Amino acid sequence: MTSIVPQEKSSESKKNLSEGEHEDFRLFGLIAFLIADGMTFAGFFAAYLTFKAVNPLAPDAIYELELPLPTLNTILLLVSSFTFHRAGKFLEKEEAKQCQKWLLITGALGVAFLISQMFEYFTLPFGLTDNLFASTFYALTGFHGLHVTLGSIMIMIIWWQTRVPNGRVNKENLFPFEAVELYWHFVDGIWVVLFIILYLL
Amino acid sequence: MTVSLKPNNSTPEKLQPTGWLKYLSFSLDHKVIGLQYLVCGFLFYLIGGSLAGAIRVELTSPLSDFMPREVYNQVLTLHGTIMIFLWIVPVVNGAFGNYLIPFYVGARDMAFPRLNAVAFWLIPPSGLMLITSYFINGAAQSGWTAYPPLSITTPAAGQIIWILSVLLLGGSSIFGGINFIATIIKLRRPGLKLMQLPMYCWAMLGTSILVVLSTPVLAGTLILLSFDIVAHTGFFNPSLGGNVIVYQHLFWFYSHPAVYIMVLPAFGLVSEILPIHSRKPLFGYTTMVFSIMGIVVLGLVVWAHHMFTSGTPPWMRLFFTIATAFIAVPTGIKFFNWVATLWGGKISLNSAMLFSCGFIINFVLGGITGVALAQVPFDIHVHDTYFVVAHFHYIVYGGSVFVIFSSIYHWFPKFTGKMLNENLGRFHFILTFIGFNLCFAPQHWLGLNGMPRRVAEYDPQFQLINQISSVGALLMALSTLPFLWNVFQSILYGHDAGDNPWNALTPEWLTSSPPPVENWDGEAPLVLEPYGYGNKNLNKTQEQNK
Repeated sequence: MTSIVPQEKSSESKKNLSEGEHEDFRLFGLIAFLIADGMTFAGFFAAYLTFKAVNPLAPDAIYELELPLPTLNTILLLVSSFTFHRAGKFLEKEEAKQCQKWLLITGALGVAFLISQMFEYFTLPFGLTDNLFASTFYALTGFHGLHVTLGSIMIMIIWWQTRVPNGRVNKENLFPFEAVELYWHFVDGIWVVLFIILYLL
Repeated sequence: MTVSLKPNNSTPEKLQPTGWLKYLSFSLDHKVIGLQYLVCGFLFYLIGGSLAGAIRVELTSPLSDFMPREVYNQVLTLHGTIMIFLWIVPVVNGAFGNYLIPFYVGARDMAFPRLNAVAFWLIPPSGLMLITSYFINGAAQSGWTAYPPLSITTPAAGQIIWILSVLLLGGSSIFGGINFIATIIKLRRPGLKLMQLPMYCWAMLGTSILVVLSTPVLAGTLILLSFDIVAHTGFFNPSLGGNVIVYQHLFWFYSHPAVYIMVLPAFGLVSEILPIHSRKPLFGYTTMVFSIMGIVVLGLVVWAHHMFTSGTPPWMRLFFTIATAFIAVPTGIKFFNWVATLWGGKISLNSAMLFSCGFIINFVLGGITGVALAQVPFDIHVHDTYFVVAHFHYIVYGGSVFVIFSSIYHWFPKFTGKMLNENLGRFHFILTFIGFNLCFAPQHWLGLNGMPRRVAEYDPQFQLINQISSVGALLMALSTLPFLWNVFQSILYGHDAGDNPWNALTPEWLTSSPPPVENWDGEAPLVLEPYGYGNKNLNKTQEQNK
């Protein structure tokens, strides 16, 4: 019984990594990154909730946040998660035109979210430095908005890369698409948590 | 022949310059990046050490006569920040992790070589930025913890540069952590199980989990702090309705695990070095693995023991006292396992072994004072005194830095193909060990008698002890000279080490020294028992492999 086995004698030496396994460790790394990103949000949420618990003068005592716009935003993001998923289905079926159409819709929904968020910012009666609640509100939604902005840009890149003749993202090279999709679902999930904590609680 | 487990499609050879120039280039080779981390970290260690020297010179007399108080505060802040973020964390994780982990998992490179190179190249610019802030309107003055409201009210420029630089270093650390997790979990050579990996892999896995979970919280906190400074928001500013305690909670949620980010890899490195130089298997492999994971879990839930004097409610004090005391259990398991590894072994007292044994001694002393500090009444008595300074220097210098030196002596033949001079190494150890204990052991006494930390002026009754401590610091500074001389001398004129000078069984020694670009000329060897010393069949196989 030896324990340093030369590769030739090992039964598994013929096993090489297939393309699928490559994507496996890349997605794994991306998930680790998203966990790290999620911890940043978790820190912000923890800070906000503690401020709220410790500091009675803060938030809703002064301002009642309007719900219609954020609810619309929630719907926009949830629908965009669904359309992204549709796009992925068409990419697997190698229907690039359909895939691009759904990606475009997804990107448009992301941009619509940002516009609606801007609109909300302009209608709010408080500014960044007015008080603790205002500061945390803008920090949280702004940090999330930054994520949506980056996500929308990445969706546009993916949209460009799935075009039929020369696009680099296709059934053989799914990883970039899957990575952006995972990121987008993550951003949507964070928004739902943010919506509950900031607007509903 | 196909190359197994090659993570990137590009061939690294074509991208990289050869010779020593490759160490100044954007190299994708994990070995080059590891040495870049090591050398870069050591340069920052020299800078941080000089700052420590300036602090000790100031403290030889009770008055603030060597430098103005503001400068003393800046020196103190830079010393802490450089030593933690630019020396220990990058070296114990980045340097040895990058160099060793691909060998240990049987891979040709890390999972994400480009991300790896980016993670390294974030460090030199942010470190230089941090140091140059001293010349632009004054560096940060609020200590490495940057507690508000002090960090909000002191001059802004240095503090903002400090925040920016720590954010970049945190990003570097997160990228590294993601890379290590993906490499260890997903890039193992086929046929190699997790429980057959060398202990350093487990230590790096635990550390990387801590990095991924806690560093982003620090990043978020520092972003909020920078808003407070630049945009005059009030997150942590009590005069605007903010809450400073929230900052402390968020800060220590990272900075307590940061202690484990500094010592867990050191634990792993020691677990590699002790078996080789005592020719015995690592005692209690499974318990070692579980104790690492226990430390990871407990390390994440004990942060508020830094805040016993911050008005924490009694239930919180109770919880954090108990959780902190519990960490002594897995740490004690590791300690006894190391001693049991040495027990009855054929110990060769070379420099690597001496530094590792020095680590064990210092770490036990630091651990005992740590358990003492976890007790609320005692902590309240010595809070923010030199007792705390002594405790954490025993942990991070007596623990991590001793292990870094031990590892340099141990892996230098692999890095360069040359042996270090053992006599100079032993001389280095004796100077460091005596200097270290002379410097920090008296500070326990200072703290118990009430000398506060972070002040340039103190009560004259403490002068003698402070001078003894400063002599110790001088010895530590001098101990660097034989080490540097040894390294330069050995690189130029040292004798050839051969592939495996220690007759080790861990995989990095089964290739040439220094290793070729993709680690092995042929296929990666499958090492199932990295600690199989005393197993006769095993040694025979290894002879054949040579």
